[in-house]
Amino acid sequence: MSEIRRTPLFKAHETLGAKFVPFAGWEMPVLYSGVIEEHHAVRNGVGIFDVSHMGEIFVSGDGALQYLQSITCNDVSKLVPGRAQYSVLMTPVGGAVDDIIIYRFENEYLVCVNAANIEKDYHWMVSHRAFDAKIENRSSEFSQIAVQGPLAWKVVEQIYGEGEGSCSLERFPMFSFQELGLPGTGVQTIVARTGYTGEDGFEIFIPNSDAVFLWDTLLEVGAEYGLKPCGLGARDTLRLEACLPLYGHELNDDLNILSANLGWVVKLDKGEFIGREALRSAKSDGTPWKLIGVEVVDAGIIREGVRIFDDGGNDIGWVTSGTKTPTVNKSIGLCYVTAKNAEVGCSLWAEVRGRKLRVEVVKTPFYKRAK
Amino acid sequence: MDIPKELKYTKDHEWLKVAGDKVLVGITDFAQEQLGDVVYAELPEVGKVVKKGDTLAVVESVKAASDVYSPISGKVTKRNDNLAETPELLNASPYEKGWMVEIQPDSAAELEALLTHQQYIQLIQH
Repeated sequence: MSEIRRTPLFKAHETLGAKFVPFAGWEMPVLYSGVIEEHHAVRNGVGIFDVSHMGEIFVSGDGALQYLQSITCNDVSKLVPGRAQYSVLMTPVGGAVDDIIIYRFENEYLVCVNAANIEKDYHWMVSHRAFDAKIENRSSEFSQIAVQGPLAWKVVEQIYGEGEGSCSLERFPMFSFQELGLPGTGVQTIVARTGYTGEDGFEIFIPNSDAVFLWDTLLEVGAEYGLKPCGLGARDTLRLEACLPLYGHELNDDLNILSANLGWVVKLDKGEFIGREALRSAKSDGTPWKLIGVEVVDAGIIREGVRIFDDGGNDIGWVTSGTKTPTVNKSIGLCYVTAKNAEVGCSLWAEVRGRKLRVEVVKTPFYKRAK
Repeated sequence: MDIPKELKYTKDHEWLKVAGDKVLVGITDFAQEQLGDVVYAELPEVGKVVKKGDTLAVVESVKAASDVYSPISGKVTKRNDNLAETPELLNASPYEKGWMVEIQPDSAAELEALLTHQQYIQLIQH
């Protein structure tokens, strides 16, 4: 067993009264003031999350593009410098080694990966290395802070507004990023308009040395906007409402990613890549499982692992994530079920502690922000 | 942290209030704080016979489900149906509006073995 790790912000979290949980080998804040309050702060104002446990793997060299094309399903050639792309690191059977975001720089790519998968992804990438790509795991050098919510831009603009190359939001479409000097420090940061909450927001990559400075600056500047520090608890309810998949729950190495409604990141025409054949046949023949959203009609909560049944009592699937979430304010869940039970409006059953609860298949996402 | 003097406690962070031949049971302020925002409580049917240590109820926070074990053996004589609509009473008022069930105990001896408020304070300080 490797020892439990702490991010450079650990002490800052302690000072704020955070409650910690072990997560993917890290001791991370699960909440400060409370999951519900933090969740609402992000939906209605702004919240910040320490996501320094996420991994940063850099790919460079003449063959970087070809190499990334060969191991992911989305079309990396569409990326121009300053743009980012959601994608999946593929297994040969059409499953996910991990879901990732690729950031394109002038001469290299940054692959942001899930904390739980850093070592696994790095080894996978190295063992599938091709086209003379250079692969560097630099996860231990970077911290990452997510600033999320409709007022996130105000806070970020105020912090970076007077810096070198100043930050104008017109230059910041969704899934774009800039390298900006952080005023008050000598460090360069990567400021990306990305997130995992279903709200507008930014994710800022920063060298460990200045992570505390950025965190404190965000708290200070954000005070007038009601900014709250938020833990993994709120991160999970926010992403669940927005139906953003979580590796290990909705995604794994074996389940074809087309069953998780990720067709929009699959570009079969881009050329050969790992998992392409499996995706091609899944696209033409369908997948045995389909990821759906359900609302629990009876009183109760459905959690990961709860089995789903049809009216005939047949076991037809399982819950991957579920709870009662603050904005939707209903007991909801994501489930894999057999394709014929996946239609919106289907009535199914979820078995919780020996009791069957009525659940209904609903349209996803559960929550979509107003444009 | 609120730990009323007049109540009895268990090491599993339940409180008991003896009233005549019945006992009210709930979870402590410490327990509700550890659980976080409660979104659902599953209570036993009135009339259910429980043994000490059986699962009496399940309290679900946003993050997880936690069992509440019966602190004594006996029969459930009442339950707080307000918790069905407003489970957050467990957070807001753990000793009053957030009471969970009333039990008619089988034996007075089990009540003797419960923790006093002093003993409970010691327990949560360690």
